[in-house]
Amino acid sequence: MSSTTKEKPLAQEAKPRVVTSVGDRVFAGLTLGASLIILLALASVFIFLLVKGLPGFTKAADVYGPRASSFFGYVSPLLGGTLIAAVIALIIAVPLAWGIALVISHYAPRFIAVPVAYLVDLLAAVPSVVFGLWGVIVLAPQMVPVFEFLNTYLGFIPIFGGDDDVVSKSGRTILTAGVVLAIMILPIITAITREVFSRTPRLNQEAALALGATRWEMMRLTVFPYGRSGMVSATMLGLGRALGETMAVAMVLSLGGWNVNLLGPGNSSIAANIASKYKERSEDLLSVLIATGLVLFLLTFLVNFTARWIVGRSERKMASA
Amino acid sequence: MAKSIDVSDLNIYYGDFLAVQGVNMTIKARAVTAFIGPSGCGKSTFLRSLNRMHEVIPGARVEGKVVVDGQSLYGPSVDPVAVRRQIGMVFQRPNPFPTMSIYDNVLAGNKLNAKRMKRAEADAIVEKSLRSANLWNEVKDRLGKPGMGLSGGQQQRLCIARAIAVEPQVLLMDEPCSALDPISTSAIEDLIHELKTDYTIVIVTHNMQQAARVSDETGFFNLKATGEPGHLVEFNPTKKMFSNPDEPSTEAYISGRFG
Amino acid sequence: MTDLSKAMSNTPETPGTPPPSRTSVPLTAASLPSVAQLIVGVIGLAVGIFCWLILGWPLIGSAVVGGLVYLVGLPAWSLAVEGKRAATDRMMTGLIWTTFVVAMVPLVSLVYTVIDKGRRAISGDFLTYSLFKTALGQPDGIYHAIMGTLIITLGAAVISIPIGVLAAIHLVEYGKGNRLSRVVTFLVDVMTGIPSIVAGLFAFALFTLLFGPGFQGGIGGSVALSLLMIPIVVRATEEMLRLVPDDLREASYALGTPKWRTIMRVVLPTTIGGIITGITLAVARVIGETAPLLLIAGLADKTNTNPFSGAMSTLPVQIYSFNSQQDTIPLAWGAALVLIVLVLVLNLAARIIGKFFAPKTGH
Repeated sequence: MSSTTKEKPLAQEAKPRVVTSVGDRVFAGLTLGASLIILLALASVFIFLLVKGLPGFTKAADVYGPRASSFFGYVSPLLGGTLIAAVIALIIAVPLAWGIALVISHYAPRFIAVPVAYLVDLLAAVPSVVFGLWGVIVLAPQMVPVFEFLNTYLGFIPIFGGDDDVVSKSGRTILTAGVVLAIMILPIITAITREVFSRTPRLNQEAALALGATRWEMMRLTVFPYGRSGMVSATMLGLGRALGETMAVAMVLSLGGWNVNLLGPGNSSIAANIASKYKERSEDLLSVLIATGLVLFLLTFLVNFTARWIVGRSERKMASA
Repeated sequence: MAKSIDVSDLNIYYGDFLAVQGVNMTIKARAVTAFIGPSGCGKSTFLRSLNRMHEVIPGARVEGKVVVDGQSLYGPSVDPVAVRRQIGMVFQRPNPFPTMSIYDNVLAGNKLNAKRMKRAEADAIVEKSLRSANLWNEVKDRLGKPGMGLSGGQQQRLCIARAIAVEPQVLLMDEPCSALDPISTSAIEDLIHELKTDYTIVIVTHNMQQAARVSDETGFFNLKATGEPGHLVEFNPTKKMFSNPDEPSTEAYISGRFG
Repeated sequence: MTDLSKAMSNTPETPGTPPPSRTSVPLTAASLPSVAQLIVGVIGLAVGIFCWLILGWPLIGSAVVGGLVYLVGLPAWSLAVEGKRAATDRMMTGLIWTTFVVAMVPLVSLVYTVIDKGRRAISGDFLTYSLFKTALGQPDGIYHAIMGTLIITLGAAVISIPIGVLAAIHLVEYGKGNRLSRVVTFLVDVMTGIPSIVAGLFAFALFTLLFGPGFQGGIGGSVALSLLMIPIVVRATEEMLRLVPDDLREASYALGTPKWRTIMRVVLPTTIGGIITGITLAVARVIGETAPLLLIAGLADKTNTNPFSGAMSTLPVQIYSFNSQQDTIPLAWGAALVLIVLVLVLNLAARIIGKFFAPKTGH
């Protein structure tokens, strides 16, 4: 804030010069133009998708076929698949990410922590198509025995058996897709969580230790409360990424209809469905796909927005305290 | 049951670097002992070695003996967690836990050990600790408010209340007033006077007037040269130290001809 | 010194001290021997090996059982000897390190598989031939996809960098807190959350509208990628510009330098390293994007260097396509290795640039 007040008089002083200096005017115009382009680009994305996608909400029943007869019937299993894959990914990735973040920020000596942090950063840059390739060729066959184990001992739970009680022989199911997504979002969640953990004030940690806290108690007293909003927003950003991820799901899943059984074939996600159907080149189907894209956009927007709101709220709280 | 501390031949290392060399002293029970000396002479490091807080710094280690009431701090089966419970610490800058209320801050240490505290019991500890820290009257109506909302001096007294809530034997203070204004400083100094009836207090300070005002005994640490280890030059009752010190370098430092 | 201090031992005790209520707690506590961890670890390992070799369980199952023995055994022992607090501490330490080991398994497997399988596919021919066969027995290659990736990414960079950097300058230097800059900041936030497939859909629908249905071309890919890249560039540049202290700008104004020259001659040069690092990382981030390119840039066997006409293969899309047929899967690994190396080189370059021009302002 202080910088704003400091800047004000300067800007006013500079004003008379702006009138004379062509350079200043051109330069300011250029930067303003760039900002306006961003504004325009996003507006056009939104308007364009809306115009092209709106008809997709209300097409004739046969366009949505063979499994559905309305847009709601078409999108809800896809939405369900998207959410399930993302939730599986979060359930697996979040505890692991917190653990790794703690190892890097507090538990490991520097000569381990630094290379591990570097490795995790690099993994965040591995393209999703490579994760998909690894998921379908290496991971999926390895998942089959796990699936059989789950089906044998936990088969009474619908998600591990369902009505059909089928276990995929190829391992290409939504559970595998969720595991691949978990590995993909792990580096992102870890990177943010690690950052907030290591920003815990040293003095507070020492205060906890000086009160006679064990290392874990010190984490609970200082590191977790301090990093709570960061942990939540990291989770939300990971969720946003998992929701929008296309290739890993499209490659791992053998796409199909809705299936409660996570071990059986079937299920799809919005993004994977778009990637596999866009080729059909029918104007009607395209607008339906764009409409599902809009739904996805809205969903990820809400998730990201919530994450930002949480961070902002805790910053305001810290500032007012 | 405040305790005296016997230190003999203590060396402190950071990795290979010898930071403090050959300290011998006896810190008396129920008295205030002050350490003075120029920056970087190892007085804070030495203070931390009295409750094993130096172990937080990677590579720091200690040779020699520190004995509190017959028990060696660095014995083979000594638990650093138990040591820190017995020997509390207050830091340079006030550091209440930012996410906790005043009430929870005071109880933070107690909650670690007690399985389940009765509400009345907890209330009693909070009131007693805050009263001992001369803070009760200022905060009794807003115990549920965050500890960060207090002024700097109040925060530091809250930290003292938090440290004495677990009833330690010894209280270590690492420049507790260096971040405070004169009025808050004087409140803390008054508090130190009152606390010494019940605790053994060791305080590191940059302010020689403060050492003269609050302490019964004073230790002067110095470096022979930069890069050399710090060592204890003189350890004497404060009165003697400030009127007729044994060592010429102590006199030079105290009278400001240092450097 | 000790003798001196011992000599004066008249403790200045205040009369009327309240009787001490505190009892002394022993400093020593019963604790596990220092080799406890090792002992339990060896037992866990032994159980794991027993399950694997003697009982013939699968390797993963045996490892899980062995790990569980360690994770439960050490805290249980500690609980019996050291008490609940120490046991909790030991258990959490064990769990935290376990998460680390568990997470490293797939990551190491991924890196190992890509290197191991990719190495076999890669050769000079693989990098210099395309899939377009002009002669019988011509080797398969991904030259066309490498070129496509480079051209499309370059296109995206050409669009994104000027817009991103200039917009960031506008936000930091001109639009401090005014309404437009708040809106733009918000929109950049929204843009970071656009799913890549949605960016692809936009480009697909836009170019279909402009050039008729079925249009495919590299330029569409560039447009889609720049939608994803611009917010990263803006964020990185903004962050760097904010690191420049206001004193520096004021010093320049005081010399009578106009604002735009101050920005060009003082502000940008101080932060250029950080900005280049950010841009390089943004390029590394979009170079592996698949979904939008699948939609708009398409797939072609022939090398196509004209982004304005005809389908253009890229590495990620080529990998996707190789993966769909059993006999080309080895090629997919080769292409994956090339792509990962590209990304790593960019990341490494970003780090080196960052180190080289390390911000003189410090954190």
